[in-house]
Amino acid sequence: MKTTRLLPASLLAAVMSVSAAHAEDEHGAPHPPREKWSFAGIFGRFDQAQLQRGFQVYKEVCSSCHSMSLVRFRNLAEAGGPGFSAGQVKELAAQYKVKEQNDAGEDVDRPARAADAFPSPFPNEKAAAAANGGKAPPDFSVLAKARTYERGFPLFVIDAMPFVGYSEQGVDYIHALLNGYEDPPAGKEIPTGTYYNKYYAGHLIAMPKPISDGQVTYAKNDKGEPVVPETTEQYSHDVAAFMAWAAEPHMMARKALGLRVILFLLVLSGLLYYVKKKIWAKVGGEVHGLQPELHKTY
Amino acid sequence: MANTAGHPESPHGAPDGTRRDFMFLATGAGLAVGAGALAWPFVASMAPDAETIAAGAPLEVDLTPIQEGQIVNVFWRGKLIFVRNRTEKEVKEASEVKLADLIDPQADSARVKQGHAKWLVVYGNCTHLGCVPIGHQGQYEGWSCPCHGSLYDTSGRVRRGPAPSNLPIPPYVFESDSKIRIGEEGGKAVA
Amino acid sequence: MSAHGNTYVPKSALAKWFESRLPLIGLVHSSFVSFPVPRNLNYFWTFGAILIAMLVSQIVTGIWLAMHYDPSAANAFNSVEHIMRDVNYGWLLRYMHANGASMFFVAVYVHIFRALYYGSYKAPREVLYILGVIIYLLMMATAFLGYTLPWGQMSFWGATVITSILGAIPVVGETIQSLLWGGYSVGSPTLNRFFSLHYLLPFMITGVVVLHVWALHVTGQNNPAGIPIKSGKDAVAFTPYATVKDVFASVVFFAFFAYWIFYQPNYLGHADNYVPANPAVTPAHIVPEWYFLPFYAILRAVPDKLGGVILMFSAVLILALAPWLDTSRVRSCNYRPIYRQFFWLFLVVCVLLGWLGAKPPEGGYVIAARICTAYYFLHFLLVMPLVGLFETPKALPGSILETVTGPGKQVSGSGMPIGAAAAPSSKG
Repeated sequence: MKTTRLLPASLLAAVMSVSAAHAEDEHGAPHPPREKWSFAGIFGRFDQAQLQRGFQVYKEVCSSCHSMSLVRFRNLAEAGGPGFSAGQVKELAAQYKVKEQNDAGEDVDRPARAADAFPSPFPNEKAAAAANGGKAPPDFSVLAKARTYERGFPLFVIDAMPFVGYSEQGVDYIHALLNGYEDPPAGKEIPTGTYYNKYYAGHLIAMPKPISDGQVTYAKNDKGEPVVPETTEQYSHDVAAFMAWAAEPHMMARKALGLRVILFLLVLSGLLYYVKKKIWAKVGGEVHGLQPELHKTY
Repeated sequence: MANTAGHPESPHGAPDGTRRDFMFLATGAGLAVGAGALAWPFVASMAPDAETIAAGAPLEVDLTPIQEGQIVNVFWRGKLIFVRNRTEKEVKEASEVKLADLIDPQADSARVKQGHAKWLVVYGNCTHLGCVPIGHQGQYEGWSCPCHGSLYDTSGRVRRGPAPSNLPIPPYVFESDSKIRIGEEGGKAVA
Repeated sequence: MSAHGNTYVPKSALAKWFESRLPLIGLVHSSFVSFPVPRNLNYFWTFGAILIAMLVSQIVTGIWLAMHYDPSAANAFNSVEHIMRDVNYGWLLRYMHANGASMFFVAVYVHIFRALYYGSYKAPREVLYILGVIIYLLMMATAFLGYTLPWGQMSFWGATVITSILGAIPVVGETIQSLLWGGYSVGSPTLNRFFSLHYLLPFMITGVVVLHVWALHVTGQNNPAGIPIKSGKDAVAFTPYATVKDVFASVVFFAFFAYWIFYQPNYLGHADNYVPANPAVTPAHIVPEWYFLPFYAILRAVPDKLGGVILMFSAVLILALAPWLDTSRVRSCNYRPIYRQFFWLFLVVCVLLGWLGAKPPEGGYVIAARICTAYYFLHFLLVMPLVGLFETPKALPGSILETVTGPGKQVSGSGMPIGAAAAPSSKG
C-alpha cells in the first residue's frame, strides 16, 4: 500500500519544490520582512495606545492625500478600537467640515458629527488623480486587507494552520513600503514623478517618501518622557496597526467569539462521539441476534 | 470515555446506564444550545445597524424661519414630525377644551413645553393606520386624515375617530427660544 | 435492495387522517429512519450529510446577506463593507458565506473522490451519479456568480475573463456575451443580473439534491466493499446509526469551518478583491478561487482560445461518462490493485493542476500543465476502459457483514466497537 502512494507523492513534492526557493515575487521585489504585531494569531489583540498613535500619524501625515472614506468618526470610540471617548470623538469630528444641503438646496458646510465618515482630502477621485500625477492615492479603509505578498509553497500551507498561522502580510507590506525608500541602484533611470522603493512592485512608486524621523510628535508620559521612539520605523508600525483595525474593526470580537465557538464545537463533538460509540455498540449485540426487531422489515 | 468503549454491555441495561443517559442528555442539550446560539446572530443582524443608529442621533431644528400659523415637516429617524407655530387663537382654542369632551383626554399644557406654548411638536402619522393627516383642515382646524376621516385639533388631539389616540409627542428639548433638539430628553439622547 | 417497505404506522387519529391523504411522514420515515444503511460505511460517507448542512448554511447566510446587500456597481463594494462594519454580526454572516463556499467545495471534492474510489458511479447508480455531476456544475456557476458580487477587482476581472470565454463560441458567442453583460462590457447591469441568478441557482441545486437523494434511496448506498446488502445483517437502520454518525461528522466539520471563519477569514479569498472594481487596471494575477484552479490550468494549457474552452468544459463533462468508461465489474478500489494506483495518480494530477492553475502561464508551468491535462483525459479515456479489461481483481467478500466481522466468523460484538471496525476498509 505504501509504494502505491509513494510515486504520486514524490511527484507532487518534486514539482512543488520548484517554487519553494523563490524569495522574490515575479516583479523582482523582495518579500517584506515579517514584523511582530500585537493583533496577530489566535489570541491577538489591538494595542489601544498604538492605534491612537497610528491614528495621529494618519491624521497628521497620510490624510493630506489618502482618504479613509469607510471609517466613521464614531468608529474611533467603538469597542475593540483605539478607545477614544465619545466626547473626544465629538470634539475631533467638529474640527472637520462636511457638505450638507440646506433647505434652499444649496451645499453648505457644517461641522462633522460622530456619524460622519472621515472627510476625503479631495472632492472626488478625478480631483485626487489630477492632483497626484494622474493616479489617485488609494483609499486607506481596507488597504491593509488589499495588500499582500505571496510566500510560496510550503509556507502558504503553514500560514493557514492554527497557532503557526499568519495573516498579517498586508501590514508587513505597508510597514516595509514606508521603510523601503532608498537610492536606486547605479545606472537605474528614475522617471520624473517616481521614486525608488525596494518593496514596491516594479520599484517605481509615485508617492514620495511620506514620513521621516521626528515628523510626528507623540504624547509624552507623566514624567514628560517619550513613550515610544519618534522614528519612521515606529510611525510605520503604528499607522499599519491603525490601518489593520480600520480594515477589520471587529477583529477582536471575531477572535474572541471564535475561541468560544470552536471550544464549544469540540466539546460537542466529543459528546457526540461518545453517543455514537454507545449507539453503535448495540450493533455488536445485534450480530448475536439480540435485537432482531432492528431489521425485521428487510 | 475510553474505558467504556471496550466495556462489555448486557443488552438489558448497562452497568453504566445512568452515566450513558446523562451523556445522551448532555449531547442533546448541547445540540439545542448550539442551534439556539447559531440563530442569535441572524436575529440580531435584523435589528437596526450601527449606521442607522448613528443617523438617529438628536436633530437640531431652527425655529426662526417658521412663520406664525405655519406647519413644517421634519424627519427624525425616518419618522415624520410636524413642528407647528400656533397662533394665539389656536393656542386659546386648544387650552379651553373640556377634557371630558376628548377621546384621549390630555391637557394642552401637557403637550407643549412650559413657556413655549405656541410651539407644538408632534409625530405626523395618524394614530389609526399611519396616514399623514392634512394640516389646518377639518372641523377643529388641527389636522384631518384623508384616509379614514380622523380629525385632530390644534393640539394634535384626536377629536373624531377612528383614530384611538392623540398624535404622540416625540422626545425634544428647547436649546434656546428659537432652537429645539429632537431626540433628546432630560439632557440625554434617547436610545 | 429496495425491498424496505414503508414501516411507518401512524398512531393517532390525526396522523392517520393526514397520512391517508399525504403520506409525508411515511416518506420521511422510510428515507431517514428505517432506510437500510450498509453497516460498513466509513466516515467518507458522512460527507453527503455535511454537504446538505453546507447547502443550508449557504442559503440561510445568503438570504440574510441579501437583506443588506446592494447589487449596483456604485454601491456593491460599500454595501459589503457596510455589512462588515455596521450590521450586527454582519462580519460573521459574510465570513460564513464566503468561507462556506470554500468549505462546500472541500466537502464536494471529498464526496466526488469517494465516489470515484469506491466505484459509486457504476450500475445501478449512473443516474444518481450524473445528478451529482449536475449539482457540481450548478455549484460552480453559483460560486462564480457569487464571487462577482462584492465588486472588487477580482470580482470584476473574474467576470470579464469568464464571460470572455463564452465569446470563443463560434457564431453565437458574442451575442451570448452581450446578453450576459446587458451592455458593451461588464458593468452595473451585469452585476444586477448576476445577483439575481446567484439567488436563483441555490434553489435549483436544492431541487437536484432532492432528485439525488431520491435516486440514492432507490438504489441504496454503495459501500467500501462495493457489494450489495444481501441480508438484514448487512445493514443498520438509518436512524439512529447513520444519523448520529452524520451529526457527529457534521459538527467536526463545522469546527473546521469555524476555524476559517474566525481565524483565517480572508485566506481563501484574494487580497485584490478588497480593491474596488476598476475597469482601467487589471490585477497582476488573475486567478480564480482555489476550487476552480484545476480547470483554469486546463483552460490555459491549450494555446487556442476555443480549444481551451472546449477542453475545460470537457474536463467536467467527462466525469458524467465514467459509468460507461469504466469497464470493471468490481466497484471498490479496495479490490482493484492496479486501478487503485491510477486512482491515486489521478488525484495527485488533479492537485497538481490546481497548483499550476495558480501559477503564471509561462515556462515549465505550461509544460507541466499540459502533461497533467493529458493525463486527466487519458485517465478517463484510456485507463478506465483498459485497466477494467485486463486487471484481475481481488476476491470480493461474501457479504458486508463479513467485511466487518471477518470471513466466516461470528465475532462477538463485545469488547469491540463495531462502528470502528469498518475503518480498515477506509485505508484503501
